[in-house]
Amino acid sequence: MLQLLLFNVTNGLIIGAFYVLMALGLSLILNLSNVINFAHGGFLVVGGYIAYTITPYVGFWGALLIAPPLTAVIGIAVERVLIRPLYGRDPLYSLLLTFGLAFIFEDGTRFIWGAQGKPVTVPAILAQPLSNEFFFITGYRLFMVATVALAVTLLFVLLRYTRLGIRIRAGTLDLETVSGLGVNVGMLRSLNFAAGIFLAGLSGVLAAGQLGLEPTMGAGLLMPSFIAIIVGGVGSLTGTLLGGLLIGVASGITAVFLPAASEAIMYVLMAVVLLIRPRGLLGEEGMMT
Amino acid sequence: MMESDTARKLAVLVCIWAALLLAPYWMPPLGGYTALGTRVLILGLAAMSVNFLLGFTGVLSFGHAAYFGLGAYGAGLSLKFLAPSTPLSLLAGTLLGGLAGAILGTLIVRRRGVYFAMVTIAFGQVFYYIAFQWSSLTGGDDGLRGFSRQPIDLGISKIDILSNSNNFYFFVLFCFALVAAIMGFILRSPFGRTMLAIRENERRARFLGIPVERHIWIAFTLSCFFMGFAGALYALLNNFADPKGLHFSQSGDFVMMAVMGGMRSFWGPLLGAVVFVVLQDYLSSVTVNWMSFVGLLFVLVVLFFPRGLLGVVRRKVTS
Amino acid sequence: MAADLFSKRIDRRTVIKTAALAGAAQIASPFVIAARAADAIKIGMVDPLTGVYAAVANNEVLGAKFAVEQINAKGGVLGRPLELLVEDSANDVGTGVQKTRKLIDRDQVQFIIGDVNSGIAQAMAQVTAEKKVLHVVSGGHTDGITGKDCKWNVYRVCNTTRAEANSVAELLFTKYGKKWHFITPDYAFGHTLQEAGLANLKKLGGTMTGNELTPLGTTDFSAYLIKARAANPDVLLVLPQGSDMVNCLKQIAQFGIDKQIHVAGLQQELESLEAMPPEARVGIWMFEWYWKQPGVAHVDQFVADIRKRSNGKVPTARTWFGFTSVQTYALAANHEKTLDAEKLAKALGNFELPPEVKLQPNKVYYRDGDHQLMSSAFVGEALSKAAGDPEDLFRVDHVVAGDKTNPPVSETGCTLKWPA
Repeated sequence: MLQLLLFNVTNGLIIGAFYVLMALGLSLILNLSNVINFAHGGFLVVGGYIAYTITPYVGFWGALLIAPPLTAVIGIAVERVLIRPLYGRDPLYSLLLTFGLAFIFEDGTRFIWGAQGKPVTVPAILAQPLSNEFFFITGYRLFMVATVALAVTLLFVLLRYTRLGIRIRAGTLDLETVSGLGVNVGMLRSLNFAAGIFLAGLSGVLAAGQLGLEPTMGAGLLMPSFIAIIVGGVGSLTGTLLGGLLIGVASGITAVFLPAASEAIMYVLMAVVLLIRPRGLLGEEGMMT
Repeated sequence: MMESDTARKLAVLVCIWAALLLAPYWMPPLGGYTALGTRVLILGLAAMSVNFLLGFTGVLSFGHAAYFGLGAYGAGLSLKFLAPSTPLSLLAGTLLGGLAGAILGTLIVRRRGVYFAMVTIAFGQVFYYIAFQWSSLTGGDDGLRGFSRQPIDLGISKIDILSNSNNFYFFVLFCFALVAAIMGFILRSPFGRTMLAIRENERRARFLGIPVERHIWIAFTLSCFFMGFAGALYALLNNFADPKGLHFSQSGDFVMMAVMGGMRSFWGPLLGAVVFVVLQDYLSSVTVNWMSFVGLLFVLVVLFFPRGLLGVVRRKVTS
Repeated sequence: MAADLFSKRIDRRTVIKTAALAGAAQIASPFVIAARAADAIKIGMVDPLTGVYAAVANNEVLGAKFAVEQINAKGGVLGRPLELLVEDSANDVGTGVQKTRKLIDRDQVQFIIGDVNSGIAQAMAQVTAEKKVLHVVSGGHTDGITGKDCKWNVYRVCNTTRAEANSVAELLFTKYGKKWHFITPDYAFGHTLQEAGLANLKKLGGTMTGNELTPLGTTDFSAYLIKARAANPDVLLVLPQGSDMVNCLKQIAQFGIDKQIHVAGLQQELESLEAMPPEARVGIWMFEWYWKQPGVAHVDQFVADIRKRSNGKVPTARTWFGFTSVQTYALAANHEKTLDAEKLAKALGNFELPPEVKLQPNKVYYRDGDHQLMSSAFVGEALSKAAGDPEDLFRVDHVVAGDKTNPPVSETGCTLKWPA
């Protein structure tokens, strides 16, 4: 029993790592631009399909490198044309707009690639378990966790030590002042949005290796990321990281005892956090009101 | 000036009610069908309930479909397990939706803006998963079946609302009028004025000694009761309740109807529902890619008609 | 004048006016649909063209359209052409019910087909029964449709879960072993499939080592697979469908579980196999229809005809479902020389499908007692490497007649109530 539990905690961490990747992108955009990006799942699917399309030419590794930036480019276009006019308006509007975009993404992928799911093969070296006993730790899943760790580290280094990162963090706290100091806020928001969508594209490539790639796959992955953000605390990327891992482990453990509740447990966790600590685990004071 | 204003308002009201009352007669020749009219009324009522909170208190709930769906399940379960009575099922649905809203409202009211929206979505999804997973009670993904709306007993005679779709339309219209009247009454009351004050300037309202949180909670709860009622009607329309009705994508549709019609006005959401439902019904019949068009509609409304259709009309009248 | 031209206000207003006009034209157009052939017989189809079942639903529509084309080329029904109206249920019960009412009330269709989603199919059946319209359920598998919820006007082409389980169990037992572990999607369809599988297992004298109930829409199956492997069964039965099944089998292959335990399942579809990488295509399954049937009359012609209409893709079981649903109506109406729903429903009892429609060996007929089509089960093994044709991903070992896989009517719980 103990072994089973231990297995599932490890397993939950692996799943949680994936939620983190998606939630961080969502969180970046939310923090700086006050936009809940409902189309995040759509961008994820697009990333997956781009990878599927270019894999025959550049291989899996090439797709892993190329698909996320390509997705980010689409993200920049969307931000410039559609989302930019909405800054400063009631957040309701950006919410509705991205909600509509999610429709367009789902239908667009179905139009371009068809409703039929696509098979994605991962390199043979990743497609096997590392040991017989820990069979659920496959090369691919380990690689996923490593990629997430790398991406998270890079993101945190970017935010802490580069000029752009410092501006983004400052903008999260007080955009008016940052703008007053002569920073091009429009550019800042575009780059920040692109970084968020890059992470969505990366999640898409990674997900395509493990899940079935089809136009509707994004919708189911969006909610856990939402909860990761709320649990971790809005405004704190470290909180999002913690929140993602926490709900991954919680749902992994619940799946052993009460599978029907493995999804609901995330919401229970969220309700408990909101009751005890309304601003989330590491949320900034005042961000959540 | 004032007189002509009231006269115009009265004329608009008469027009709206005449159109609604005569709908079963003018729709079929134009290519509509009565069931579509009933659907418009019910979804319109739901959109007005969302707008009760959004347009008049200025608080955005993106998870209101949960209370709509709870209303549907409440009505269905009461018809199936309690008693075959239509009024009882409406009461059960309204109570289930409203009470759930009242309880969750206490957890939610301190949040504002996007965070309020996020938390309402997440809590809405809780009910979605309950309906989805508790299959022994709710039928799970297959939905709750095995009930149907019952004749209305007026003492003197029974009205068959099951097989006669016109009768059911008028029954729904009667319910709609009742709830619309209650909503209008609340909005005209001092409480309704306070809601507007909070919407316009929350800080100021707070300085004036208005207990803002409590007012938002009351408004949230009331709108959940209205939502539950609309959901109960929806269950009667389909003789069915299913988890999709609780999903946040359904909430998005309701908010869109409110915004598209014009969220600053009382009747706006109904107009939005008319356009949205008819357009979706039509588009999905002529093209498989209807989702792109609906998505495009969202984008266009947000970018070009943020005040909604009535907002555009009104500006034209005043200018 | 010049000022007007460049004034932003006017400019914006014109834009809005034009857009509003365009919008009005859009809304107005549904009311201008009178221009349809007046003498055509209209039939309606409601299927989830968008959402998770889109791929299978589109194949059903393809088959139905081909049937209409074929029937009209041969002179139609009672000398009148058929016209097929397809509506998207969007995988939502409310929408499905609405579209069914629209087809019956407004478009005056004589016949209804649909839906892939069992829940929607059952809700539609409530409407068609109320309106007394003949209804063929093309692709919803839940037993109740031709079981305890059966209706006089509703027939079904695809199989019951019971029949699916009965067709595979014995082969699995003798070939793979007697300790079974189930992975079951946690909803009505999954439960009945698992119960049917377990009943077979018990009859054969085997044991169940466990049953993992997985929520519908599960993306990560590792927790369940960890438990399943710990139980050390001979056979792991994968019962989820669609994308859940794809996810589950992909993960089974990556964990290498298929190398230690025999992986199998009951229902499998070509749409799912095509969505999987080669290493995940393993195990013994049943197909409800398969396109490669050497020596069976008319099948090759059907495959060739469909390929012409689908960019070279072969027909799947779903294509055949849609095709058969429409053909059923045309055959019955031409045979009975009437469009009356009740007479047609009576006539379809024990109605046998001719070779050019059944497209398989064995006798294929609608059973009188529960209105279920008795069609064959194609039992065999999924192929990692396609055999020749890239879409040949399944090797059929046995074709079992529907009479042998379906339980007797008395066990289905169906009692038909005909209108007085």
